Amino acid sequence: MPYRRENYTNREDMKEEETREMPEEIDHEKSRDIVVPGEILAKGKEILPGEGTRREGEEIVSSRFGLLDKTDRLVKVIPLSGAYIPRAGNTVIGQIVDVNFNGWNIDVLSSYQAFLPVMECFGYINKKDLTEVYDFNEILVVKIRAVKPRSIELTMKEKGLKKLEGGMLIKVNSARVPRIIGKAGSMVKTIKDETNCNIIVGQNGLVWIKGERVEDEIIAKKAIEIISEKPFEVGLTEKVKEFLEKNKKK
Amino acid sequence: MTKEKEFKRADGRALDETREIKAKVGIIKNADGSAMFSFGKSKAIAAVYGPRVLHPQHLQNPEKGILRCHYDMTPFSVSERKRPGPNRRSSEISFVTGKALEPVLQIQNYPNTVVDCYILIVEADASTRCAGINAASLALANAGLPMNELVAAVSIGKTGDSFVVDLSKEEEDFTIMKDGEEIKAATDIPISMLSRSEKISLIQLDGKIKASELKEAIALAKKSCREIIKIQKKALKEVKDN
Repeated sequence: MPYRRENYTNREDMKEEETREMPEEIDHEKSRDIVVPGEILAKGKEILPGEGTRREGEEIVSSRFGLLDKTDRLVKVIPLSGAYIPRAGNTVIGQIVDVNFNGWNIDVLSSYQAFLPVMECFGYINKKDLTEVYDFNEILVVKIRAVKPRSIELTMKEKGLKKLEGGMLIKVNSARVPRIIGKAGSMVKTIKDETNCNIIVGQNGLVWIKGERVEDEIIAKKAIEIISEKPFEVGLTEKVKEFLEKNKKK
Repeated sequence: MTKEKEFKRADGRALDETREIKAKVGIIKNADGSAMFSFGKSKAIAAVYGPRVLHPQHLQNPEKGILRCHYDMTPFSVSERKRPGPNRRSSEISFVTGKALEPVLQIQNYPNTVVDCYILIVEADASTRCAGINAASLALANAGLPMNELVAAVSIGKTGDSFVVDLSKEEEDFTIMKDGEEIKAATDIPISMLSRSEKISLIQLDGKIKASELKEAIALAKKSCREIIKIQKKALKEVKDN
């Protein structure tokens, strides 16, 4: 029997993981302006153009549709919508679409096909039959090691990366993922604690939920849908808590 | 023909007045970005998908991402049923729409990928390619793609001696009688303009016009494109409310 990786992980590993996959901290409880491409955001040479912006002479101009994030020296635009753009270091959820002689092709819902080589997996793997390790249509949590012009390279050599079994998988817009995770993982932690579910949020917008009962999973799913549908609401954490409290009593 | 200010067009509009414009963003749930734009009865919807893997592979460009536009009309959009599927006219419009939108789209950082933009005309009453470009511009912005600025388009017409903005079907088919023959007397000039630099990304001409008059037409187009850009910006900013 080849060594199966999923036996190795436990619940404690996963809890640690979500807080780690956080992108830079964004304070979502603050109301922000929506900007459109070509809009002048700031004036002055001392201000730096951040992500989604560019400098044109004295002015900082928006290059993307999104929310304006302005600090003393830096101006950037946070995306609101759109397809997932892969970045090195992102933890994503994907499905195996092809098994090669030296690895697996994985669909991570992005612009390029992702590849997980055998080299990037833990333990001994019998190369004669890779389907014994990960078979077609199986769902994995993987980390993006590098993004190349024609492919995405994945790795499993990290804590918390594993095959997902059971539970349910839902799709949300990848721009809403930071909101679902919340500040330092606070939002997803609230849902996990209240519903007693295991939740893994992939940066590509796929969310895996597994609880002891299907009812718990459905409540967690609804809570996530509330967050992804109302990204602008101020005080969303309270609203989600209220929703979870209400459903818990039933 | 008169050039007085009181002159009104067949539908009661002033010469430099567009039809009622409606714009809405985020109408198609499954698309990465979508929008609706209408000039009176001319209504276009646009859906944007991508950047995504481009197949067949030989079309891939390893230097930059590419934009593919697909313009089509629904069979019920015109008074006589349009045969579904692409035809000579729609493939030409797809091509020029792509060229009109390309200067603003910054997808060179996504090599080997494609951004697909599907424009569908739900109801046609002239100036559909302009409505299509406006809808596509909104949908591309809504898809969160890096863009330098927005694009607005409007058609300028010459019916008889006077220039009019945003032709309707009636005005497009304007004819005069000459030597007992009916001659098409309307000129249709679709013009698209970028929002910030005010450069022209598309200009087509169907009909006859003097070189000196074309400048007048462009000035008129720029003026109404500025109005359209205001409406586009408003539509994008309204996302918060719905």
